[in-house]
Amino acid sequence: MKQQIIVSGIGGQGALFLTRVIAQAAVDLDIPVLTSETHGMAQRGGTVISTIKVGDFASPLIRTGQADVGLLLWESNLAVHRPLLKPGGALLVNAETAGEGDRLDASGIARKLGNAVLSNLVLLGRAVQTKVLFCDEQTCVAAIRKLAPERFVEQNLQAFYEGLHR
Amino acid sequence: MKQPEIQLVMGNEAIAGGLLEAGCQVVAAYPGTPSTEILQAVINQRDESDVPLHIEWSVNEKVAFEVALAASYTGKRSAAIMKQVGLNVAADPFMRTAYLGVVGGMVTIVADDPGPHSSQTEQDTRLFCMQARVPVLDPSSPAEAKAMVEPAFALSEKYQRNIVLRPTTRICHSRQSVTVGAVRTIHAPSTFTPDPGRWCATPAFLPGLHTGLNNDLAAIADEPDWQPRLTSGDGSRPRQALVASGIVYAHLLDLLDELDLAGTIDLYQVLMPYPLAPTFIEKLRDGYDRVLVLEETYPVIELQLAHPGGAGKQSGAVPRVGELTPDLVHAVLADFLDLAQPAQSVPAQRGQRPSLCPGCPHRAAFYAIKQTFPEGIFPSDIGCYTLGMNLGAVHTVHCMGACISQGAGFYHAYHLDGGEVPTIVVTIGDSTFFHAGIPALINAVLQQARIIVVILDNGTTAMTGGQPVPHLGVAAGGRPTKAIAIEPLVRAAGVEHLEVCDPYDMSAFTRALKQADRYIRSDDGSVAVVISRRPCVMDPVAKKARRPVTVIVNEECLGCGICVSEFECPAVSLNEELGVAVIDQDRCIGCGVCIDVCPAQAIEIKEQ
Ligand code: SF4
Ligand code: SF4
Repeated sequence: MKQQIIVSGIGGQGALFLTRVIAQAAVDLDIPVLTSETHGMAQRGGTVISTIKVGDFASPLIRTGQADVGLLLWESNLAVHRPLLKPGGALLVNAETAGEGDRLDASGIARKLGNAVLSNLVLLGRAVQTKVLFCDEQTCVAAIRKLAPERFVEQNLQAFYEGLHR
Repeated sequence: MKQPEIQLVMGNEAIAGGLLEAGCQVVAAYPGTPSTEILQAVINQRDESDVPLHIEWSVNEKVAFEVALAASYTGKRSAAIMKQVGLNVAADPFMRTAYLGVVGGMVTIVADDPGPHSSQTEQDTRLFCMQARVPVLDPSSPAEAKAMVEPAFALSEKYQRNIVLRPTTRICHSRQSVTVGAVRTIHAPSTFTPDPGRWCATPAFLPGLHTGLNNDLAAIADEPDWQPRLTSGDGSRPRQALVASGIVYAHLLDLLDELDLAGTIDLYQVLMPYPLAPTFIEKLRDGYDRVLVLEETYPVIELQLAHPGGAGKQSGAVPRVGELTPDLVHAVLADFLDLAQPAQSVPAQRGQRPSLCPGCPHRAAFYAIKQTFPEGIFPSDIGCYTLGMNLGAVHTVHCMGACISQGAGFYHAYHLDGGEVPTIVVTIGDSTFFHAGIPALINAVLQQARIIVVILDNGTTAMTGGQPVPHLGVAAGGRPTKAIAIEPLVRAAGVEHLEVCDPYDMSAFTRALKQADRYIRSDDGSVAVVISRRPCVMDPVAKKARRPVTVIVNEECLGCGICVSEFECPAVSLNEELGVAVIDQDRCIGCGVCIDVCPAQAIEIKEQ
């Protein structure tokens, strides 16, 4: 089992948390995993990207045209990170408007739950529902339970289910 | 005691685990991307140690290094942690330590940032180590970085030398499943033995110490455990070899695998890029006609190899600038092995530029500075506030603490010409002020530089995620300590005009700036200091205290766009279709500063 995933967004959108949840799911499934993340200056609202490589890999970075799955929390990042996706790779985009990829207004859904930042888990729910990720519902739920701060666990799970059942 | 278990950890956390498992008792650091999380992780795991630990956020890297150094003199294991440019600050003690050595194991962890992603240079610590004559280790994964820590301490103790571990951004900020083991307990009671010929070495002793250093370096180069690791090829590509170190080695492994080339060519991983063993250098010269060297960021291995058939940064085969991404490694390898070149990757478009957070107090201060002194000169410094560039209120950003001296330099230069000197407003963060601003402030006063220094005091080291600053009275891990206030320091530096102001109060802040300008231009004027005081919006206490208000744009909006172009709060944008400003309620924190910025009174607090 090998899968290469990108998570793209802007600083403050919870791309890092989403990255950790997916990587934790791999650990719980006993699959080796490597991630890379953006920290520092770009976290102040700039474009950020995480890569997740599940399976037997040595490097955490993804070459152009090699990603199997792209999870975009910020639509305008398509112009920057689209080239990483392989032809036929699965693309999920948080967007209100129509366009490339499988789109849903994750921020809008998350806002109704009380916090637009939860769009990250809404998008994860959708990815699990459309079966583009290596992990299933149970593994993601367990990973969210493990990583979310206790008082936010229920809200986070709710966001995940909103994406899963849409 | 804790059982070993597999955990998903960030490279920096892995290194911290390595320090504790190696029984390191004194750890000192100054935060800086990408190294920051190492000390943070040591703090988080400190309860697992049964020996007492001393962990500190030092005021700067030189101090951190010296604290760890003396702890090592007592026989304890110690570590100093910094980012690559931090080593520039610690260069003085670092260089001399190479000659004098250490006693207890000492490892200096210096995180490099090829790219750079979040730094003012992409300098290579391995080259720095070569000139300082300090052995340096170059891990290729988080797990390997962790695994190198204990042997690094052992090597340090065997030769009584400081050893550098150099992870890069892609190691520090990668996560990997890593075995986390038990924290080791070493009872090393402190015993410092005075040895003036060594610890106070005068020039008379230095030739002897230098000879000792040379001998040790020669022996360390030959240490069997640190020799390059060979994965042999099947002979199908004879007399050619690949040599790589650090994360580039990992990129290369994946690439060879994906291209079905693994095991077809001799591949060396260099673990210790300096000093390289002469036997290795000879082996490559005799055994291969062509050698491709892949390393970040400078040609450290390549220079030492000086291979006649060497391909690398020196030869021009490998790009000399920036991170060696897997895409670049692919192109370089294809060239070297005569493979099909990868499809030209479309030049990546630039993404969203970073910007001060919505509600950041710095934005309010910068806006007032720019409005008050449209013709001013604005030296600034390293931190979130570097982003004051976006508001046109930051003209120079150089290195920690440089802004005050640069401000003084600007003043002296303009002053020489006679006539009106433009108002020079320096902005420096509170953490940066403690780090390197104080000597510069004393000097500016001493040299009678008529400048305004605005200390942006948000009560934290914000850029790196909120480490404590000396005036809070909190040390690493929340330990209470003496608070060292900024104002008395400023006064003690000889500053006679000092005002403290809340930048959210735009009119008061502007008044303070104008008064400061009058003062520096008055007969007995000198340096004026304005402290702009308001907590960072990311500060948990400030977050809690925030009043939930809704700020909206009313029908008075002219669509002039001043709130966007001049103030650039990321929560405000101009709706091109409607020709009015809109506030993104997901991002607005309701600070209300934009209300003062709007010339048409079109922004207001919505009554609930
Ligand atoms: S983290 Fe704090 S200092 Fe940095 S931009 Fe945000 S509000 Fe400003
Ligand atoms: S009130 Fe205005 S300046 Fe403050 S965060 Fe909201 S939009 Fe930005």
